[in-house]
Amino acid sequence: MFMSILGIPILSFLIFFPLLGAVVLLFIDKQKLETLRVVTLLLTLVEFFVSLPLFFIFNSKIGEMQFVEDYWWVQSYGISYKLGIDGISLLLVLLTTFLTVLCILSSWKAIEHRVKEFMISFLLLETGMVGALVALDLILFYVFWEIMLIPMYLLIGVWGSPERRVYAAVKFFLFTMAGSVLMLVAILVLYFIGAKTTGQGTFDVLELYKLGIPVETQYWLFGAFALAFAIKVPMFPFHTWLPDAHAEAPTAGSVILAGVLLKMGTYGFIRFAIPLFPKAALDLLPLVCALALIGIIYGALVSMMQPDLKRLVAFSSVSHLGYVMLGMFAFNMQGVQGSIYQMLNHGISTGSLFLIVGMVYERRHTRMISEFGGLSKVMPVFAIFFMIVTLSSIGLPGTNGFVGEFLILLGAFQSNVVYGVLAASGVILGAAYMLWMFQRVMFGKVTNPKNEKLKDLSPREITVLVPMVILIFLMGIYPKLFFSKMDVTVEKFLKDFKGKVEMKADAPQPKVTAELKK
Amino acid sequence: MKLPEINLYLIAPEIILSVFGFLVLLLDVFSAKEGKKGYLAILSLIGVVIAFFFTLPLMGSTQTGFEGMFISDGFSLFFKVLFLMIAFLTLLISMGYAHREGIELGEYYALILFATLGMMLMAAGSHLITIFLGLETMSISIYILAGIIQEDRRSTEAALKYFLLGAFATGFLLYGMALIYGATGSFYLKDVASHIASKNLLRNPMLLMSLVFLTIGFGFKIAAVPFHMWTPDVYEGAPTSITAFMATGVKAAGFAALIRVFFSALPAFRPDWTMIMWVIALATMTLGNIIAISQTNIKRMLAYSSIAHAGYILVAFVAGNDLGTSGILFYLMAYAFMNLGAFSCIILLGKKGEENTLLSDYSGIGFKYPLLAASMTIFLLSMAGIPPLGGFMAKFYVFSAAVKSKFYWLVILGVLNSAISVYYYLRVTVLMYFRESEREITGLQFSPASVIALILAVIGTLYMGIFPSNVLTFAQRSIAGLM
Repeated sequence: MFMSILGIPILSFLIFFPLLGAVVLLFIDKQKLETLRVVTLLLTLVEFFVSLPLFFIFNSKIGEMQFVEDYWWVQSYGISYKLGIDGISLLLVLLTTFLTVLCILSSWKAIEHRVKEFMISFLLLETGMVGALVALDLILFYVFWEIMLIPMYLLIGVWGSPERRVYAAVKFFLFTMAGSVLMLVAILVLYFIGAKTTGQGTFDVLELYKLGIPVETQYWLFGAFALAFAIKVPMFPFHTWLPDAHAEAPTAGSVILAGVLLKMGTYGFIRFAIPLFPKAALDLLPLVCALALIGIIYGALVSMMQPDLKRLVAFSSVSHLGYVMLGMFAFNMQGVQGSIYQMLNHGISTGSLFLIVGMVYERRHTRMISEFGGLSKVMPVFAIFFMIVTLSSIGLPGTNGFVGEFLILLGAFQSNVVYGVLAASGVILGAAYMLWMFQRVMFGKVTNPKNEKLKDLSPREITVLVPMVILIFLMGIYPKLFFSKMDVTVEKFLKDFKGKVEMKADAPQPKVTAELKK
Repeated sequence: MKLPEINLYLIAPEIILSVFGFLVLLLDVFSAKEGKKGYLAILSLIGVVIAFFFTLPLMGSTQTGFEGMFISDGFSLFFKVLFLMIAFLTLLISMGYAHREGIELGEYYALILFATLGMMLMAAGSHLITIFLGLETMSISIYILAGIIQEDRRSTEAALKYFLLGAFATGFLLYGMALIYGATGSFYLKDVASHIASKNLLRNPMLLMSLVFLTIGFGFKIAAVPFHMWTPDVYEGAPTSITAFMATGVKAAGFAALIRVFFSALPAFRPDWTMIMWVIALATMTLGNIIAISQTNIKRMLAYSSIAHAGYILVAFVAGNDLGTSGILFYLMAYAFMNLGAFSCIILLGKKGEENTLLSDYSGIGFKYPLLAASMTIFLLSMAGIPPLGGFMAKFYVFSAAVKSKFYWLVILGVLNSAISVYYYLRVTVLMYFRESEREITGLQFSPASVIALILAVIGTLYMGIFPSNVLTFAQRSIAGLM
């Protein structure tokens, strides 16, 4: 059950290997661009291939955490270095390591200056992302959550598009920071509640799950956690940083932002906010669902009106993440599974869309839809990929998007018909803005003479997109492969949730026993 | 008549510092002309190190000496270690800087040693007069140090301003102490506390007045709002190495004395001073952070940031539990590392006649001096409270103490303040990394000693963030006898 590489437990290896890689890069001459790129690519490939076996070794029949590592970090405060994955984080970790490889590959030509610093930032970002996904101690999670901020801030600010990168970078940082400091207060309050009820303070999430917190307090704490995560997701009305950050970030930054960083918000809800404060989550369900629905419809409508390709995709993220939240708060098997599946889908489809926009941008140095038209004649291979990705984003049957959206709608209809109906209307809007955009960019006559001589995709670019397309179809045609990994975890999540909601808050608490640690 | 007991072993670190201070002064007289006085700095460094090794064996036991006027307990020893560390780093930073600015005088180093001596006495006083003498030894040395660049008008102005306001604040402090004596008939902290308890002096007007005066006196030293007015001008005008020393050492000494006097002598008045300090903490954090946003000079910005940090520390003081007090000690140590580090970055970026302390001077240095800028980024992010750096852990302990005592609103306002502060710390990184330089800064000479100080500060900041256990345990043990 336990797996290690060179004596280092696998999850720790996955966290610290990119960090080590960043240190290695420090010693490479900054003029040797090609060496820097190749070394980084190899490092991320190693990371990916080390993480891949997790998928096969992971025991999908167990709902508990697996590959657990548990050591003290600050013993006198009850802070531990505790890692572990279940069916939910397993898939997200794989998504992270997978997307990072493609991001490095996609930045081959796009990043020409300060390559060394770019690669270092990216590796640090990977450390933060993997760490946040596998951390089972609230403080450890918070640390990785904040560590992610700095490299992303640099990615947007240094390598972003010239006009508004600084504004976007600072806005990104401040929004996330403002939300997370309140979460820190909530974490501390939770700690002292735990210390009072059990006599021993701990930041271990699995122990804190067992606490019965008075409903009144739950509202406050859930509010603080939810704010931090809602900003990250981003849910309406906290989404305003997203279009700026996406539009200004370099392609790889947008891909990883959409693919993984936004998922940290939804993951935070499913791992922390809901299981820790189930009663509050249930009571505030109408509010969360309303915001999710507003996000779905508002995001789609705004997308439709965007003249800029990247901002269009960015607003479509707001809409897609609305589905994720809606599915999660349906609190039934279909909804939650669809929600998790949609997290992965969004990473792949929207990630691919950003890659594709990036490829167009590298050729024309503009992202305005009006500048394009008729590209399918000039770039036929590109057109095929773009079509597949667009359809996946719309959720055409046979692609991954369909499975996720369908399950979410199924779940939403079961929990509340009104939510289902409204969400379904978002699907139509989604098809409308994506297809309209595709038509304006790809079909018709080539009106702009600058577009006549565009080169089709290079082998490297095809290499970037092919794995995405394979996943789009694999996840669309054979979803069982992925669902089988999360079935038991989600069942346990729902069982625990229902159990805790029905339990009276003032009922006697099971005594928490602190396990003996190494 | 009984002879007072004398235990020189207890004050060995203080004696060593004084001896080395005088030695430096003496050798200065006999040494050759200007420009060849680097060895005085090394001599001072040796003095600090020896004093440190005489501090270590005292650890672990509580002893009093000199008729109970002097106490050597965990609390004072923690601060002695801290002050010696600060002095060590300050001396390292000073070596290149003093030479560059032409202030490499014997008295410069001697005064740093004497100021450190004063700080150590403040932490070790169990008698109001000892504390006061320590405070004066420290303050007078710092007044001179602030104005030691005689040709620079800003430096002189800083010294004068600090001296005038400082003398005024000292007056308040002394008046407060006199009132305590008047009400209780004792200068001994323990006796004061027991008098108040036994004679039920809780509503004694003299004591209430003294509470206010002491708050003013100590508030001035730690730069708490509204006694902070001097800070930006003095920090900007004083030599940068001395600014670093003041921001870390003087502040820490102020807190040491504040904690000692309030917790040992006046615990009965806790409800009263909790209320005052709650307001002062909030005002200090908020005002410091908000005004820091609009600064264009990095030394002034750090001055306001240091005011804000005093506010965070006061949050733990308000909490008043053992978590809070050990949190203060931890905070002061982490703050010393990151602040001394930041100031040594500022020094390294300057040269003779060109200080480069405007924020715009930092444009584009991120890729020109990558290691310097990376260190600066670490210090600033640490001050902003971003993990995994020392400043984060420090804020974490401070705020958790306040949560424990259920000061929820103060904590929420505190963390929001911390979020505001991110803005101005980030702005420096924006300039360093995202902007092209407006004018070339060339010909910088990195003094090896300052670079060593910088490296030590980076290590300290990272160590306290990633492995906080050891320092925290040290801090927790240090306050054992105090609470």
